[in-house]
Order: sequence, then C-alpha cells, then structure tokens
Amino acid sequence: MSTNGNGQDQALVSINNLKMYFPITQGIIFQRHVGDIKAVDGVSFDIKRGETLGLVGESGCGKSTTGRAILQLYRPTDGSVRFEGTELTTLKGESLRKVRRHIQMIFQDPYASLNPRMTVGSIVGEPLEVHNILSGKARRERVRELLEIVGLNPYFINRYPHEFSGGQRQRIGVARALAVQPDFIVCDEPISALDVSIQAQVINLLERLQEEFGLTYLFIAHDLAVVRHISDRIAVMYLGKIVELTDRATLYREPLHPYTQALLSAVPIPDPIAEAEREKKRVILQGDVPSPANPPQGCNFCTRCPAKSRALKEKGIDCDVVEPEFREVESNHWVACHLY
Amino acid sequence: MGTLLDVRNLRTQFFTQDGVVRAVNGMSYTLDEGETLGIVGESGSGKSVGVMSLIRLIPTPPGKIVDGEVLFENRDLLKASDSEIRSIRGNKISMIFQDPMTSLNPVLTIGRQISEALELHLGMDKQQARARTVELLELVGIPSAADRIDDYPHQFSGGMRQRAMIAMGLSCNPQLLIADEPTTALDVTIQAQIVDLVKRLREEIGMAIIWITHDLGVVAGLADRVIVMYAGMIVEEAPVRELYGNPRHPYTLGLLGSLPRLDEERPEELKSIEGLPPDLINYPKGCPFYARCTYRLDKCLEAAPPLESVGVGHRAACYVDVTMAQPTTEHPYQDV
Repeated sequence: MSTNGNGQDQALVSINNLKMYFPITQGIIFQRHVGDIKAVDGVSFDIKRGETLGLVGESGCGKSTTGRAILQLYRPTDGSVRFEGTELTTLKGESLRKVRRHIQMIFQDPYASLNPRMTVGSIVGEPLEVHNILSGKARRERVRELLEIVGLNPYFINRYPHEFSGGQRQRIGVARALAVQPDFIVCDEPISALDVSIQAQVINLLERLQEEFGLTYLFIAHDLAVVRHISDRIAVMYLGKIVELTDRATLYREPLHPYTQALLSAVPIPDPIAEAEREKKRVILQGDVPSPANPPQGCNFCTRCPAKSRALKEKGIDCDVVEPEFREVESNHWVACHLY
Repeated sequence: MGTLLDVRNLRTQFFTQDGVVRAVNGMSYTLDEGETLGIVGESGSGKSVGVMSLIRLIPTPPGKIVDGEVLFENRDLLKASDSEIRSIRGNKISMIFQDPMTSLNPVLTIGRQISEALELHLGMDKQQARARTVELLELVGIPSAADRIDDYPHQFSGGMRQRAMIAMGLSCNPQLLIADEPTTALDVTIQAQIVDLVKRLREEIGMAIIWITHDLGVVAGLADRVIVMYAGMIVEEAPVRELYGNPRHPYTLGLLGSLPRLDEERPEELKSIEGLPPDLINYPKGCPFYARCTYRLDKCLEAAPPLESVGVGHRAACYVDVTMAQPTTEHPYQDV
C-alpha cells in the first residue's frame, strides 16, 4: 500500500515502509547481535514518471542508504520497493540484473566511482557489455555518442580517469548511467564534491538530459538550495525517517515540520541584504543529532525540537514518548509531527 | 579603526617534481582592527595558502614564500625570527582549520590542548589555565564544560570539536582570528550554530576575523568586506553589499549567477562558467580568467589586468567595465 495518493499518474517507483538496519555485534569469538543502527527506519514515498524527487537531510539521516536500498545495492531489512509494479526486494541474480537496466545510479565521489585502471571508453561501455547491448563498432559509436551528450570530447575515449578533473569525471559517471537508456536514475550527491563553478555545469546537464530522454530522478543531497532548484517535490529526512514531503514551492513557502523550518533558516543565501533580514527570524537548533543506534522512543526530533512544549500545551501529546504518524495534512503535503 | 594587517605583494610557490606551482601571485590587501574579511575562492584559488603564508605555516620545502611583506604591529612577519613568529601564533594571531578531527591532537584531552596555549603564551600555571579553559568551553557553548574538559576529541561531535577549536583559537584573546573553511565539513544546522557563536564572540571580544570559504552564502551573512580569489590572485575586493549588489569582475559575476538560491521563485537555468581553472604550473600569460571569460578582449591575453579601484573601497582586476560592456563571446572555453 503506497502512502502517496497518485491521482492520474502511475508511480514509476513505489517505496513502502523501507527499513535498512545494520546490526551491531559485540564479542570476539561469539558475535552477539546487541543492537541495530537504524539507518532507514520506515520510509514510504512514490516517484512519478518524469519527476525529480529531492531527498534532503544532513549527514547520517539515511538518505544515501535509502538510495542504495532502492537499487538493491543494500538488500533492505524490511519493506517493499516496486519499480513499474515489480517488487525488487525479492529479485535475485538474472531477474534483478534485467531490471537494473532500467534503474541506474550516479555516485557522489568522482574520484572513487570510476575504476582507475579502465579507460573512459571501457567505463562508459561496461553497462552495455553487462546487458549485452550492441557490440564492436556499434558499441564504440554509442560510447562516443554518450560522451558527446554529456559534453566531453569523444576523442578522450582512450584516456584514463586520472587525466580528468572532478567535474569531467562526474560527467563520465553520468554518461555511464545513461548508457543503457534507463528510466530512473538515483543521483547520490552528484555535485557535493565539485567546485561551485562546476556544480552549475553538472546541474544544467542533468536537467537537460531529463528533458531530452524523459528521465526520472531521485536527487539526494544535503544542499537544500540545489535540491530546491532541481526538484519538483522534496522529502526531508531526519534520523532515518521522512519528516516532511511536498512540492518545492510549498516546502519553502509553508514548511510545517520544525526541523524543516530550522533547516531552511540555516541555509545561507548569497545576498547580504537578505541575510541581514533573516537574522531576526533565525532558528538555531541546540545540540546534536542522536545516534541512529539509539533513536528516541517518541519523535526522532524530540531532543532538539523548539516546538515540543507547544505540542504538549496545544495537543496534550508528549513528543518524547509518542511517535508521530507520517500523514497527509494538506493536499500533497505530508508531515510527521504531533502539531498537525 | 586602525590598520591591523598590511599584506603587500605576497607570492608563495611550491617547488615540485612536476614544476613550480604558483599558488599565490601577488596578493595585497589590508585589514582593520575588528573587521571581518571574507576570502572566497574555489579549490586552487590560493585562499588557504595565502593565509597560511601570513603566519608562515607553509611547509618549506616544497613551499616557499618568495616575495612580499606582511606587516603586523610594526614588523614584517615574513622576516621575523622563528621564536618571534611562534610567540605570535596562537597568541595574537590564531587560526582554526577545516576539519577539527584532523587538526586536534587525538591523544591529548581537549582541556590539555586549550590550556597549553594559556600556559605558554600567557604564563598561567596549571590551575589558572584549567579554570580559564572551563570558562572558554562555556563561552563557546559546550554543555557541562567542567566534565567535558578531560574528554578526548573523538568523544566530541563534529560541531563540538569545532567549538573546542574556536575556544583554543580565542584563548589568548587574539587580535586576529583566521578561520580556514571552519564550517565546510559541518552540517548546515551545525554551521548555523557555529556562525551564530562566532558573531556573538566577535561582539564580545572584538577581534578581527579572516574567514575563508567557497560558500558565498556564509560570507554574505558574516563578512564586512570580501576578497574574491582566482588562480592565486585577488580579482575583486569590495564591502560585502557592494560585492553582491554590484560585482565588477566577470568571475564574480559568473559565480553569483551560477548559484541556486533558496529563495528563487522559479528555477531558471543556472548561468554556469564554462571550463576549468588554469594549471598553476603552466600559468597562463595575461589574465588567468581569459579562457573562461565571456567579456574578454585581445589585450587581456597580453598582460594580466592590475587590481584597480572601480568604486569606494571597491577594486577589480579587469580591463572591462562589465556594467556597461556586452559579452564578446558566448562560449569562451574552446578546448575541452
């Protein structure tokens, strides 16, 4: 059962109650399972065909893990991941490989995600090889075409990754993701490791490709300004759970969850006049994020929430004890908070 | 407001196997007492090397400060003796770095690392230093400071480690605090905490700050004046509102236009800067921004434009007045 009512559009990707727990063990000889790091703790959302869903949150919130669990790079501990109606969590071997042709990933670190011992041509052509698409001359042509599509000179087909800059390497990663003409691409912090003046180049490239090839993106990042720019809808994650999900305009205009409000308030705007004005309304959170091995009993945000006393007074709910439900409180606006 | 720091024609190079890396190529600027100067630039712009050169933290070899003067308190720091510089570092001029986990000593307690400077520079005894250290930790907002003083860095979170670094940096009441990308490695809500803290301390203590970052958002909210660096040179310098409101160098213009803003109404295509920064070993002739500049002229290739006044307190290194000129090329970056 998906929690996002769809209306007309069929969801391309449907995530339901996804959980990714990493076990903590103790003991040298007998490894006792003493607990879990609850990296992703019950996440549900749909992604419509052709849209960009932004997944934003700070380090340790579980956004990258969510992306990997969707692609089955980690096998989820629990929950369902449906792609075009097919359940991915139960697929193995050949059947999983066949589906992977339609779902690809662009990774964060342009230095770690390319095999340094392979030429650019081999890297970009590898998905074609894995999925038995084209061969020989036709494959080489396709690789050249892909390099051109991402704005690289096809002449570089025989060069090695170390001969390129970070931004160029990221383009190689994009070309590789496009090779098999996927429908859905998970972009896991694709620009975080790049210099500011290069980030815009890659953002523009991703947007152009989305229009040209009808791609659907899950765009994972911690930079809310970038996410807001590229996404249609945005999900905000905190400590393994989604706290708010709505379209880009509403999230900025009317953030409901106290964490979203604090996050928006914390993002600097490159405009000294705007910054001076925002100063009065700044929300500064106290303290640090709790450990995902030991999340709070109630709402995950209760240790830092500035609105906790308001919830107790107005709704009579103790946020430390009772976990809030992730509900649609307005049309297409989902929040997990006792205040609503 | 007196002048605290006067940097003249600073040049720093690194002598490597592949050639000479021209990291800083003639930086000149001044800093007033109590002023906050933001230095922005991308990787390779020379912003970090530039400030590390001020207090001679450049590893020599392979680095070498080959030219320039750094005038502080009537003496040239570049010509001071080793013991003189050591008495200034951590004392009158202190520095905090980007990643507190690698800049803090992992085998010493936080308390020990902070009190070290107090004992060395201010001549306190162990008891006095310990008491002052607790005060400092409280000042930077570390809860239960008296208990945490004997913790090790790995027992602190990233934000708390950075606060401890700030405490260390401010312990001897410096006149100048140099902060090299202190919040780049931190989450945005933690960054907001740290920036807020620095602003409060700045009001209480009144030290001058040089804040280095690539984040034009942070600088907008923090700096009085901003220097923009590219390929080891200052390309623009202005009071903060003037820089954002009236940028005069094509690089600054390009940078500001390429940033997605949180408060943008509709997403329009970002105006990106084509190409890459130049190779600092094969340093280009003429203006270092030529290859990526949409306003370039032939004369830009002959000689690098000098940094000249374009307004009150506003300097730019460009032959073109971008407020009046039209771009001369749409796709400057010919070779990929």
